[in-house]
Amino acid sequence: MNTNIIYLDNNATTMVAPEVVEAMLPFFTQRYGNPSSMHDFGGDVAHDVENARHSVAQMLGADYDYEIVFTSGATESDNMAILGTLQYYRDKKHIVTTKVEHPAVLNLCRQLEREGYTVTYVPVDNEGNLDVQFLFDSVTNDTAIVSVMYANNETGVIFPVEEIGAFCKKRGVPFHVDAVQAIGKIPVNVNAIQCDLLAISGHKFHAPKGIGVLYVRRGTRMRPLLYGGHQEKARRPGTHNVPGIVGIGKASQLVIQHLENKDEVARVKRLRDKLEDGLLSQFPNAHLNGNKIKRVDNTTNIGFEFIEGEAILLYLNEKGIAASSGSACSSGSLEPSHVLRAMGVPFTSAHGSIRFSLSRYTTEVEIDYALQVMPELVNRLLEISPYWDSKNKKGKPIGELAR
Amino acid sequence: MWEYTEKVKELYKNPKNVGEIPDADVVVEVGSIVCGDALTLYLKLDGDKIVDAKFKTFGCGSAIASSSALTEMIKGKTVEEAAKITNKDIVEFLGGLPDQKMHCSVMGQEALEKAIKKIKGQKVEDEHEDEGAIVCQCFGVSENLIRRVINENNLTTVEEVTNYTKAGGACGSCIPKIEDIIKEELAKAGEKPKSVSVKPMSNLKRMQLVEETIQNVIRPVLMRDGGDIELVEIEGKKVYVALRGHCAHCVISDVTMKNLVEDKLREFVENDIEVIEVK
Repeated sequence: MNTNIIYLDNNATTMVAPEVVEAMLPFFTQRYGNPSSMHDFGGDVAHDVENARHSVAQMLGADYDYEIVFTSGATESDNMAILGTLQYYRDKKHIVTTKVEHPAVLNLCRQLEREGYTVTYVPVDNEGNLDVQFLFDSVTNDTAIVSVMYANNETGVIFPVEEIGAFCKKRGVPFHVDAVQAIGKIPVNVNAIQCDLLAISGHKFHAPKGIGVLYVRRGTRMRPLLYGGHQEKARRPGTHNVPGIVGIGKASQLVIQHLENKDEVARVKRLRDKLEDGLLSQFPNAHLNGNKIKRVDNTTNIGFEFIEGEAILLYLNEKGIAASSGSACSSGSLEPSHVLRAMGVPFTSAHGSIRFSLSRYTTEVEIDYALQVMPELVNRLLEISPYWDSKNKKGKPIGELAR
Repeated sequence: MWEYTEKVKELYKNPKNVGEIPDADVVVEVGSIVCGDALTLYLKLDGDKIVDAKFKTFGCGSAIASSSALTEMIKGKTVEEAAKITNKDIVEFLGGLPDQKMHCSVMGQEALEKAIKKIKGQKVEDEHEDEGAIVCQCFGVSENLIRRVINENNLTTVEEVTNYTKAGGACGSCIPKIEDIIKEELAKAGEKPKSVSVKPMSNLKRMQLVEETIQNVIRPVLMRDGGDIELVEIEGKKVYVALRGHCAHCVISDVTMKNLVEDKLREFVENDIEVIEVK
């Protein structure tokens, strides 16, 4: 573990597991052959690619290894799932997704709207729970695909994908799941979900960046985005990213091991809860964003009233702690994150929201340190804030505008 | 991660003059918690000299640093001297700010200006009554502020105006109005706006855009109804097309031409494109 930084931003990216690095290394300088080559030097590598495919299939509970298609990451997987499906069902012009999707889905849908598609963005309530009935009601005979994330990247809130999967199957509408933030945190099983397509990204579960997967259920109708060689049954041509594929295969095995180890899973949850409860009890003006129960175990998103998120991040950074914020300033846009806005989080705390996301490598010492430095840092910012009454230790009444 | 200067980092870590002045002569507030940054400025005067200045700020690192810079700059100055300070001086003091953070320095200037008006006994109506109409409803940015910032910082694009004032940064509905203001201010200054829309488009670029628009926007719509479109020729701003499939025999093909093809080309390429149907 890197001792210089306390990394609590694992929903952004993760450390590549040492076992994964070790598994990948031979494929750079020793076994660098092309798995599509005729000679053994390349051809042998194809076995490693297929072994990795098998590991990913196992992790996802897929029936067939060939349902696993390797891509460059989840952005590509999401685009391939949605565009590839639309390319096949050309007469259908309606898409159903949610208001709180990752930009990989959201911005694609906005572009498709410009091109003449109609998109229904299903809302969430103030705890971030999806309005499933709204989703059911919005599916029509013109709906080409339903695309829903499994767990939200900002709040960790889990969506009832199994319920939606059963509905889509009954209606005969292709169902795509963006499972990027669920994988490695909760068991993900494509048959339990009954999805047709499912996207994951290597670097969110201790594989390297630049490798992802699209699960494509056997018989799913779609057209490729890219044309080229025969790789991945021509669904995703291009020379295999062998080190990345081997890496995501190894990382998948580690995920299976991790999720089987109930103590380990419970440990991550306990640390997250310790951090969350510690912060919420220390600061009466801090609120949890998102459903406390239906949530992945590694994520907490806390809104601190009267102070601003980027400032908190900068102060945390000074203390060697890496976290993330849904505030306007930190994102480079001028409004708080689309997720917090969709949830109707009050502006008084939306601008001060911080996401801490743990991994299986997070230690208790790190959480204790974060809990130890946060009070001083929040209090320093409260002292600077015009909305804080330092004498009476409470927020000042904020005018009409703030609501 | 933002590229902040060492000075900005130093000042957000250890801001100077944080706090309130209990017997302040002037207290002004700008910004709001809804918009994501707000500043309260406290001034203590001795005659026409600013003997003390303190602040409280809700906002990001650069907002805190800008506020600290402002108070450091005006302390010890006469009101007349302080009145000359602009957001550019604050940026200079900080050794620069990222483009998207320029509005933090403008917030400092706004507070100072409001304070000086108060000192001079000018009526400062709450909010923006005397600052002209509100252009950006989302962030409550007035026309006067936009005009001033354009002139003082030689801004020529909407993006720059958004960076400096936030105006247009949320719903974007005021962007046309901001464009008008830029054009007016630049016309006053005798310059031509840099905005892309008025730069003459090269023939090559126009042809490329026409093709892309037909391919990506128009064709998918026509194909839904079993029709298609073929691009025959482009001559300057005249685009010759032929309707195919169902569209070719459609009695309302003239309507399709005007409403769909020409409108879309005007929207995505240039607003004076003319479409001519080749049978």
